[in-house]
Amino acid sequence: MYLSPGDPAQKKLTAQGVAVNAQVLEKTREEMGLNRPFLAQYGSWLAGVLRGDLGTSFKDGLSVAAKLRKGVKNTAVLALGSLLLSLAVSLPLGVYTAVRQNGLGDRLIRLCSFAGGAMPNFLISVLLMYFFCIRVKAFPVIAKGTLQGLFLPSAALAIPLMSRFTRQIRAQVLEELGKPYVAGARARGVKERYILFGSVLHNALIPIVTLVGLSAGTLLGGSVVVETIFRWPGVGKLAMDAITARDYPVIQGFVILMAVVYVLINLLTDLAYRRLDPRLGRDGEGAR
Amino acid sequence: MKKGVLSSRRAAKRRVAVFLALALFLAAVSLAAPYLVPNDPYQTNSDRMNAPPDARCPFGTDHLGRCVFSRVLMGARTSIFSALALVAVSFAVGTLLGMLCGWYGGVLDELVMRLADILLAFPQMVLAIAVAGILGGSLFNAMLAMGITGWTLYARLARSAVLQLRQEPFVAAARLSGCRTGAILFRHLLPNILGPLVVNAVTQIGSMMIGIAGLSFLGIGVTPPAAEWGSMISEAQGGMQLAPWAVLAPGGAMVVTVMIFNELGDSVRDLLDVSGQ
Repeated sequence: MYLSPGDPAQKKLTAQGVAVNAQVLEKTREEMGLNRPFLAQYGSWLAGVLRGDLGTSFKDGLSVAAKLRKGVKNTAVLALGSLLLSLAVSLPLGVYTAVRQNGLGDRLIRLCSFAGGAMPNFLISVLLMYFFCIRVKAFPVIAKGTLQGLFLPSAALAIPLMSRFTRQIRAQVLEELGKPYVAGARARGVKERYILFGSVLHNALIPIVTLVGLSAGTLLGGSVVVETIFRWPGVGKLAMDAITARDYPVIQGFVILMAVVYVLINLLTDLAYRRLDPRLGRDGEGAR
Repeated sequence: MKKGVLSSRRAAKRRVAVFLALALFLAAVSLAAPYLVPNDPYQTNSDRMNAPPDARCPFGTDHLGRCVFSRVLMGARTSIFSALALVAVSFAVGTLLGMLCGWYGGVLDELVMRLADILLAFPQMVLAIAVAGILGGSLFNAMLAMGITGWTLYARLARSAVLQLRQEPFVAAARLSGCRTGAILFRHLLPNILGPLVVNAVTQIGSMMIGIAGLSFLGIGVTPPAAEWGSMISEAQGGMQLAPWAVLAPGGAMVVTVMIFNELGDSVRDLLDVSGQ
């Protein structure tokens, strides 16, 4: 924090339209607690965090926790929306490409997924915005809280995920299809449909759960970019605004929140994995 | 059966060769960019603002009349070499730390690995945005922000590999024949653990490129007027109605470059996996 250029006190005063002079600046610094030594500031902030108090925003004096709480719902909606969207697209595509391996569809979809995986989400956002808001005018440029407003930002977040998921699901299903029990079921005349949707899909989906957990980092990081572009009022946009305003308590609060969410998601993924795969459970504890 | 393995190995080799050639070509072009650009990438021209692509500027001009093609070429250098340098440094630092941790254990191991654990609790891009945002916009700060978590991957891999290998007879043999620790670590252990590390390094290049460009896009990486793909897209997005080429050209260049490096990573992984069998 201390290596950074720009003085939060000065930023605050300019933002309020107060003429900056040395006296006013000094007084504001004192109010904001900025003239104390670095370690003292950090110590009191840390003590606050441990008590569940994330401090107050430099910019408007609101509590950081309240600001984050307002944004977190929007970010959660966006992240969940894009997760569902990407699963809804990549599950059928992944299974289809695995079953029709090396067919025309498989080749096309694979090419698309490689291109999609190489696209940064800011580029996708800008392109989506251009085509759907300006060319076709199907969506509002600034995302509103409606389902329609949710679509473009979540699509922008979902496209890189889709390509990753599709490839992984395809690989997973292919691996599962190559296992002896599939050959056994086929030999016994079990219909291909039952093999695929009864056994193979269930077994192939277990590793996919981990994948969803692993993509949490991409989702959380990407949400900052996408929220900023689409003006989606989530925590990511809050953080970007805070960075521009040098509003350190909000940035710190945001990073802490993200870390907690990230660790929680990874924990949940591990637990879900144990539940879905009884072999991993302790003494059959996780058996269904 | 053996023939199948051999031919798939040959195919993997060919893929590595193709994508390596493409990547080297891109790197060479970006190095030679200052001599290849048809126009000065920083020269503004008020007569030719948002001009569509023509013979003089194959990708048109942006809102300040700068030649987009020249800027894309110059930006290639920033994007490709910043990503390469970032991966190289985090690879070297992470591998060295991981090897030392695995070899010596003890306090050093605890310290470094707990630090890595703490850093891994943050999603990489979130931490990078916060760090770059706080440090202020510059290419170096953006690379630093991405690298803060980047090294942990190599450190963990190298550590666990060294832990596995240090009990092997060849290590004891090297020690008995009078090798110093440095020689054991770098001449005997390093070549044996390099494979997975290199695969990870090559696969990371693309995502690092995207990360740095993302920071620049947000205005906390490379700052305008410097030619960099992320900041070019950010600058041009407002005028996309008038000059879509100013977004599409750097965007397209970015996607193609990242795809080539991603494919290179995939093919290297395939090659090393096959050879490991």
